[in-house]
Amino acid sequence: MRLERNLWLVIFLAPALLLMVIFTLWPAVAALGYSLYSWTSFNREEFVGLENFRKLLSFPFRDDFLEAMRHNVLAFIGLMVIQNGLGLALAYALWKQPPLMRFFRATVFLPVILSLVVVGFLWKLFLDPLIGPITKLANMSGIASFAPLGDPAWALFTLICVNAWRWVGFPTLVFLAGMNAIPDDYYEAARLDGATEWQVFRQIMLPLLAPAFTTIIILTFIGSIEWFELPYVMAGVSGNPGGATDTMALMFYRLAFGAASEATSNVGVAAAISVILFVIVGVGSAIGALYLRRREVEM
Amino acid sequence: MSLSRAANPWRKLGPSGIFLFGLLILNALGVILPLLLMLISAIKPTPEIFASPFALPQTWSLNNFARVWESGRFDLYFRNSILITVGAEILILGFSAMAGYALGRFKFRLNDAIYVFFLAGLMFPAKLVLVPLFVQLKEMGLINSHFGLILVYAAGGIPAAVFILTGFFRALPSDLDNAARIDGASEWQVFWKVMLPLVRPQLAIVAIYTAIPIWNDFLLPLVFLQDPTLKTVPQGLTVFFGEYATDYGPLFAGLTLAAMPLILLYLLLSEQFIKGLTAGATKG
Repeated sequence: MRLERNLWLVIFLAPALLLMVIFTLWPAVAALGYSLYSWTSFNREEFVGLENFRKLLSFPFRDDFLEAMRHNVLAFIGLMVIQNGLGLALAYALWKQPPLMRFFRATVFLPVILSLVVVGFLWKLFLDPLIGPITKLANMSGIASFAPLGDPAWALFTLICVNAWRWVGFPTLVFLAGMNAIPDDYYEAARLDGATEWQVFRQIMLPLLAPAFTTIIILTFIGSIEWFELPYVMAGVSGNPGGATDTMALMFYRLAFGAASEATSNVGVAAAISVILFVIVGVGSAIGALYLRRREVEM
Repeated sequence: MSLSRAANPWRKLGPSGIFLFGLLILNALGVILPLLLMLISAIKPTPEIFASPFALPQTWSLNNFARVWESGRFDLYFRNSILITVGAEILILGFSAMAGYALGRFKFRLNDAIYVFFLAGLMFPAKLVLVPLFVQLKEMGLINSHFGLILVYAAGGIPAAVFILTGFFRALPSDLDNAARIDGASEWQVFWKVMLPLVRPQLAIVAIYTAIPIWNDFLLPLVFLQDPTLKTVPQGLTVFFGEYATDYGPLFAGLTLAAMPLILLYLLLSEQFIKGLTAGATKG
């Protein structure tokens, strides 16, 4: 009887476990090893210890990598302010149950379902220096040469805004769910005590939204550190103009898969980048989760 | 004076209410106008897009779409994307339901350890293990193969699916499966005929949660599928944008074509989409 039950458990669990071991666990373990070998194209040569990491942090990779990492960090900060700030405001507006609430809720979330490739190309066309409708609007309002994607000073900011356009519905609905989970009595009590709307928002709602903030901050962090699709589509594999929108994931991709010839590809250094990405994501989210959790209060 | 939200109509909320309502309207316009502009540009000839980008087309024409459909090979890309997404979903839903059922309904020694193992899988997106995965698939002969990509996507979707479904199975009342067992049903029958139908709505949520990222994914097909006949919609779009360069009419038509199926589906099922895609981030 017990043996039969265990046999069934194996049947139920084995397929999912096998897939995960073969296509997730095993490559993840291997990734660490890969960064410790030298490579010619995708053929493993000899064990070189931390040589790939040393290479990554010296000429010619060092400056590119640090610059790319700086862009990832800027993307995180920019998205926290623009995307999640706007998301919080929109969630608050929706929470007040305005007229057409269901319509607004459905619209704000719509871009989230679109492919980043579609979103990236669409905005690239809109901002096209020749025919872009937004370019036309800028020209009409007196800006003679409008090409934010070609301007190193504005390109990254533009990508951050497009990313916010696509994603803002996600934090909005996570914050909204958090707001709706707070019992109405809390607000009523505060208002009966004569608190202003701002005080209620700042002192009652925000602290109780801490779990939603934890989720959103960690997901934004992971997304910013692994940022790839949008820069690739809108700014190309080398993060144009002149590397102004390069990210760590783009650099990783170029080194591993995007090289013009095998001579310029460098799988070992690419593997080193992926290990560093993994450590940043893992350690960052763990620290974030622990630190942010502590700030959450019980309802 | 009533203070609950429902009884407090919008217009009584004063300046902050008006500001917030304005924000909602601006945001809705910011979403709808670009998509509308995409649609309008798609039915215009390219010279007209140059001359008057915001005007309605002088003559409505599906010419751009016809060109895209014929030379852009979108029929092929759609077939590939559907095949990959459906294939991966069958594996994800089937295997995750089985695993979620075992973890949610049975007490055994390794239960917690296996559950944590699945959770840890959430930490390892395929993006981070791309190089070893590439080499491994090459050795297995699964590069340039839809089947290889399906297996990778399934492995990537299973952790979240198991996590969500285990919770739902655990919450079902315990006498249901025991009654069926006493009636002489086999373990498989208990799972398939009694328990699975009870979590059908949750399976839909899990399906949306895991299918949309697969349908939209770009990086894995970019690396694993190099054969032009195997490419997916997002990947095909990049090929197409390279070929058409400055012929903007067909480009807008291509974008419209790629975006439409999901937008239409969303208009029909927006509640389920919202619930599904925020399932991992909100409780309940």
